[in-house]
Amino acid sequence: MATKTQQKTTWMTIRPRFLPLSLKVDRRAPITALIILMVTLVVLVFSISYGEYDITPWEVLQTLTGTLPDDHADARNYNLVVHTFRLPRILTAFLVGMALATSGAIMQGITRNPLAEPGILGVSAGAGLAAVSIIVWLDNVPLSLLPWAAFGGALATAVAIYVLSWKQSGSAPIRLILIGVAFAAVLGALTTFMLVFGDINDVQQAYVWLAGSVYGRNWEHVHTLGAWLLVLLPLAIFSARQLNTLGLGDEIARGLGTRVELQRLLLLVISVALAAAAVAVAGTIGFVGLVAPHITRRLVGPSHEGLIPITALFGGALLVLADLIGRSIIAPSELPIGIVTALIGAPYFVYLLYRYR
Amino acid sequence: MDDLIRIDDLSLSYDGDTIIVHQLNLRINRGTITALVGSNGCGKSTLLRGLSRLLKPVAGSVHLDGRDIHAMKAKDLAKQLGILPQSPSAPEGLTVHELVAQGRYPHQNWFQQWSREDERIVHEALVTTNLTMFADRPVDTLSGGQRQRAWIAMALAQQTDVLLLDEPTTYLDLAYQMDVLDLLDDLNAEGRTIVMVLHDLNQAARYADDIVALRGGQIVAHGTPEQVMTPENILQVFGLKAEVITDPVTGTPMCVPIGRRGQRRRERQVSLSANGKVRESVKIP
Repeated sequence: MATKTQQKTTWMTIRPRFLPLSLKVDRRAPITALIILMVTLVVLVFSISYGEYDITPWEVLQTLTGTLPDDHADARNYNLVVHTFRLPRILTAFLVGMALATSGAIMQGITRNPLAEPGILGVSAGAGLAAVSIIVWLDNVPLSLLPWAAFGGALATAVAIYVLSWKQSGSAPIRLILIGVAFAAVLGALTTFMLVFGDINDVQQAYVWLAGSVYGRNWEHVHTLGAWLLVLLPLAIFSARQLNTLGLGDEIARGLGTRVELQRLLLLVISVALAAAAVAVAGTIGFVGLVAPHITRRLVGPSHEGLIPITALFGGALLVLADLIGRSIIAPSELPIGIVTALIGAPYFVYLLYRYR
Repeated sequence: MDDLIRIDDLSLSYDGDTIIVHQLNLRINRGTITALVGSNGCGKSTLLRGLSRLLKPVAGSVHLDGRDIHAMKAKDLAKQLGILPQSPSAPEGLTVHELVAQGRYPHQNWFQQWSREDERIVHEALVTTNLTMFADRPVDTLSGGQRQRAWIAMALAQQTDVLLLDEPTTYLDLAYQMDVLDLLDDLNAEGRTIVMVLHDLNQAARYADDIVALRGGQIVAHGTPEQVMTPENILQVFGLKAEVITDPVTGTPMCVPIGRRGQRRRERQVSLSANGKVRESVKIP
């Protein structure tokens, strides 16, 4: 056997000669990102090929790349099914996963608590209550109003949690969490209250939304969410250093020159906006924001330069997979994606609780 | 006098009502090691926080090199003054190198997150603290002494003139305590000004140029170890009867507490010798 060579460092440097940019990431980050992307692409192709109208994976690839022979008998149908129905829905799932996972990673970072995520911090509950309220209280609401209501509900809840957790010495992470959990409980109860007294048709509609679903999502959803991510994701990635210092505790972070309260507020806004955008498009989908950052931390370590982008990819991959499972497990019926993530995520949550006991 | 840190009429409080540090005045000279001592709750850690802007003063001011620290930009202050709170904790899985690299934070910006200079200085900090072989190890897998050295290395990478430390030797084995204090002494020899809270009076007497003894948020005594370490001061600061002898190794003063048991033994010794039966050594089982 060959002797083991000198062990390399666990980090790598990125310093492009033509850009005033320098960065340090975990050495495992690029390869992990590549693997996740490849797996996602494979799942994506199979997911598109699967359904009531079967298309072979090869034909899916041909349709996607525009190399389907013109004289193919089903060319028109394939294009319709792939480009109009299945691809946007799956891309929506991917983007929603990216947004929720990034949001969760940031929340875990600023609260220094491994169990924080949009669902647990009450942000999803706020969005849910707002959406259910307008479904139940208003007659003939246009569906396009739902995302905005959800967005408003999420933001309002986050602001309330932040303000209430503020004391003279600042917003302690533990208060953010406790108040968030309390909010989630109260808002959840209010939502249930409304569902109990609502009109049966409204309630059904509300339930579908609450369960979290990407059913029937189109290119408009992809574009909207994509635009949000295009702004928020780079902000999150460039805030990695702040997240890193906050991870050492408020005092150390302050000693290093981080403006703790300001950075925490900015990061909270980024994270809530990400969660709100996702919830607005696909309803409340739980556990992705919890599970994805956790597994990613195992893969590339706790430094946020690598963690944020890779957890985004991982969350996206997770939801693409969850969507495929939801569509296939009780076919021809469909299990809402939010229920699939709960089925995957709840046991993981219990495992985490056990581990951090 | 070359006073680097100037504290004027400083009052500190956590909630605005209970004043912990009362109108304190203190000068700290450049290039010295200053030890803050006192019993629990005397305000020594609070004073350290007040020096580093972790705590906003109720009244008074702190000047660093002639500039009011509360008027400085956060990053500018962090380039001149580093602080290590008591027993900090790192996220699970964070490597020593990643931790030390974070000391570069005040020197970086959005786009320059890891310059060649950052890399060089982090490496130097690891060499100084003798941690190069542990660079890729997660901080939470190190021993207490190595972990404390890793945090000090982070503060070193910050490249500040002043280093504030809150009980850097707490929870460490005796050998590691000396190891950490010797490291700080080396750093001081390179010109850094060090202010630290110390629990152990004898360590303070050995390593500090100046000792500041606090009680009830006010300075009881301030001066060289010889000036501060007197039985009267120890009684006043700690409410403890003690004798002060000379450290056989360094010649600095050394505190030997008496305590009730010591008192009893001494009285018996005195009474025995008074009876004239045993004069020299008294062996008590």
